[in-house]
Amino acid sequence: MIYPDSKIVLEVRGLCASVNGTEILKGLDLTVRRGEVHAIMGPNGSGKSTFSKILAGHSAYEVTGGTVMFEGQNLFDMEPEERARAGVFLAFQYPIEIPGVINSQFLRLTYNTVQTHRDKEELDPLEFDDYVREKMKLLEMSPDFLERSVNEGFSGGEKKRNEILQMAMLDPRLAILDETDSGLDIDALRIVANGVNQLAGKDNAIVMVTHYQRLLNYIVPDYVHVMEAGRIIKTGDKELALELEARGYDWVGAECKAASEAAA
Amino acid sequence: MSTSDTVNAGYLESLLAGRPHVPASPLAWLNTLRSEAVDRVGVLTVPTQRDEEWRFTDISQLNRMSFHPVRTTVDLQAEEAGRFRIEEAASRLVFVDGVYAPHLSIIDTDNGVSVVNLEAGLAANAVALESCLGRYAEFRNEVFSALNTAFLQDAALVVVPQDVSVSAPVHLLFIATQKDVASYPRCLLLAGSGSVVTVIEDYVSLQEDAYFTNAVTEIVLAENARVNHIRVQREGMKAVHIANGAVSLARASNYQSVSVAFGARISRYNLNVRLAEEAECAVDGLALIAGRQLADTHTCIDHAKPHAMSHQLHKCIVGGGAHAVFNGKIMVRQGAQRTDSRQSSRNLLLTNKAHVDTKPQLEIFADDVKCTHGATIGQLDSEEVFYLQSRGLSETVARNMLTYAFGAEIIERIPVPSLKSLLEQTVLDQTTVQP
Ligand SMILES: Nc1ncnc2c1ncn2[C@@H]1O[C@H](COP(=O)(O)OP(=O)(O)OP(=O)(O)O)[C@@H](O)[C@H]1O
Ligand SMILES: [Mg+2]
Repeated sequence: MIYPDSKIVLEVRGLCASVNGTEILKGLDLTVRRGEVHAIMGPNGSGKSTFSKILAGHSAYEVTGGTVMFEGQNLFDMEPEERARAGVFLAFQYPIEIPGVINSQFLRLTYNTVQTHRDKEELDPLEFDDYVREKMKLLEMSPDFLERSVNEGFSGGEKKRNEILQMAMLDPRLAILDETDSGLDIDALRIVANGVNQLAGKDNAIVMVTHYQRLLNYIVPDYVHVMEAGRIIKTGDKELALELEARGYDWVGAECKAASEAAA
Repeated sequence: MSTSDTVNAGYLESLLAGRPHVPASPLAWLNTLRSEAVDRVGVLTVPTQRDEEWRFTDISQLNRMSFHPVRTTVDLQAEEAGRFRIEEAASRLVFVDGVYAPHLSIIDTDNGVSVVNLEAGLAANAVALESCLGRYAEFRNEVFSALNTAFLQDAALVVVPQDVSVSAPVHLLFIATQKDVASYPRCLLLAGSGSVVTVIEDYVSLQEDAYFTNAVTEIVLAENARVNHIRVQREGMKAVHIANGAVSLARASNYQSVSVAFGARISRYNLNVRLAEEAECAVDGLALIAGRQLADTHTCIDHAKPHAMSHQLHKCIVGGGAHAVFNGKIMVRQGAQRTDSRQSSRNLLLTNKAHVDTKPQLEIFADDVKCTHGATIGQLDSEEVFYLQSRGLSETVARNMLTYAFGAEIIERIPVPSLKSLLEQTVLDQTTVQP
């Protein structure tokens, strides 16, 4: 929801980034304030996941220009773990499998680590077990997933739920959900969307990357952005998503091009 | 060549010089076995890196050190051996520098399994042993087996009668206490048809100087027997540990083994497993080494008959300037149709000085078989490290967690809870880099 005079959580200015010498982000601007829900849509390969991973601190991407401020701090001064502790959370488009690392141990360690850095109480194994089971209930996840290796052998939808479980536990200030809806069946979509809506409040913000309107029926965005070739080329409200669903992306690009030619 | 032969001869001779200490047995066959082994030692030489089977493993250090056979036995106090106690074990045989220590051993006579030193076993049933002892671990062409057999005197003997099933593991504990000695641990496990048993073969040390352990283990499974074999090599860091294992599986028997190598400056484990029809085995291993350690595992799984199954996962975690070697041969003989064999060698290098040589070797002479094998060597996966960091864990914690998990996959297969958690802790301690 848009609140008047709400504080800025994320301010991206002219962000340029490349991977292995190829420029992918080419001057991206985005401002996200507390309480807001943003949707980023755009064709495959336009740089949405690249942007998400740069925010989380992935080292494969080289930032070549621009600035990103998170809660008034230069994000690029922070290690990935410091960002997480400060409240940046990325639900990955393709959550990785980590054989041998038991989910429950991993979840407890991350939870306690983040709590400690926020000067909050850690939970002992028993307390944590109660806590995590409660959260899992909300996401209708079987406790069996606790005893398995992180994401190992999880179905696509199960991996996405495990991401949202982590989000729910870590209570982020800025949640970036990269195609969390892809691969979810209709029931799972509703359940996951409920999980996200529970997090959404006036103190935190959500950036969702998605290709489909159906997610936006459950999590209603305040802003919809269209990303193309590494830039946000159009911003609108939730109506824009409906229009994109009906008309595709080509017209946005054309309109943007016409506008820039007119300006020149 | 001639110089190295002289060195070799000198080394073997010096080891054999202690042989007079092995008193003759009243059993003619046992004396014959030993003297055959002595003869073979006279003919064989200590392998060098020119031998294909020892290409990666330099044991020339053995030549430079002088080991002598155990002359005096050390009177260990019960507490000193007690720290290696495994709580689930009902019976425990303890050997100090290869010599049987009855006062440290605990034998549970109630559960139907016979766990004794060789001497008592021979007194009770020499006939049964004659057809097994020294018949599985080939010594005619293996100099270390030959040496061990030449010194054959004390040995851990585990006999599980037909259809006897015991859940409490048998603990065979070999404690090294003296420097510069060569000891010759020996085990023979006979699992009767339909029997079930778990045996822990455990090599530990109470001192940190150099010594030489030369072990031989023979395991014989009758039809439908099931054996869990856990082998823990946690020798002192200057030790040389060379071991030969031979496992024979009769029809429809099942051998599950986990072997871990943490200790020794140089260790070499040769394991030969031979499977009859419908037999199954899982042969898993973990070498966790650092510094200047070398751990070499050579296995040969021999599908001699049809319809047998073998699974093998061997892992190495190599830190410092250490060197791990894995050579895994899978042999599928002519007529061994419907063989199902899977082998995987996975290796984690923690530094750029760490080194692994891994060599799967498939020799398949049957056509209707399913054999897969694969080997990976690498560093930690940077995407996995990033995932953990993105959840708030520092890079060091993330790396420690992943390294530990890599090793824990093998340790988790140990079916003895207290040993499992002890070794998990060892892996945790050794894989934890302080931030
Ligand atoms: N590590 C990499 N090496 C080379 N190219 C990369 C790498 N990561 C991303 N790219 C390229 O960058 C471009 C943007 O990729 P990105 O994953 O950000 O797209 P996306 O907008 O998330 O697409 P999708 O909608 O398909 O998820 C693509 O052309 C991709 O191939
Ligand atoms: Mg993407």
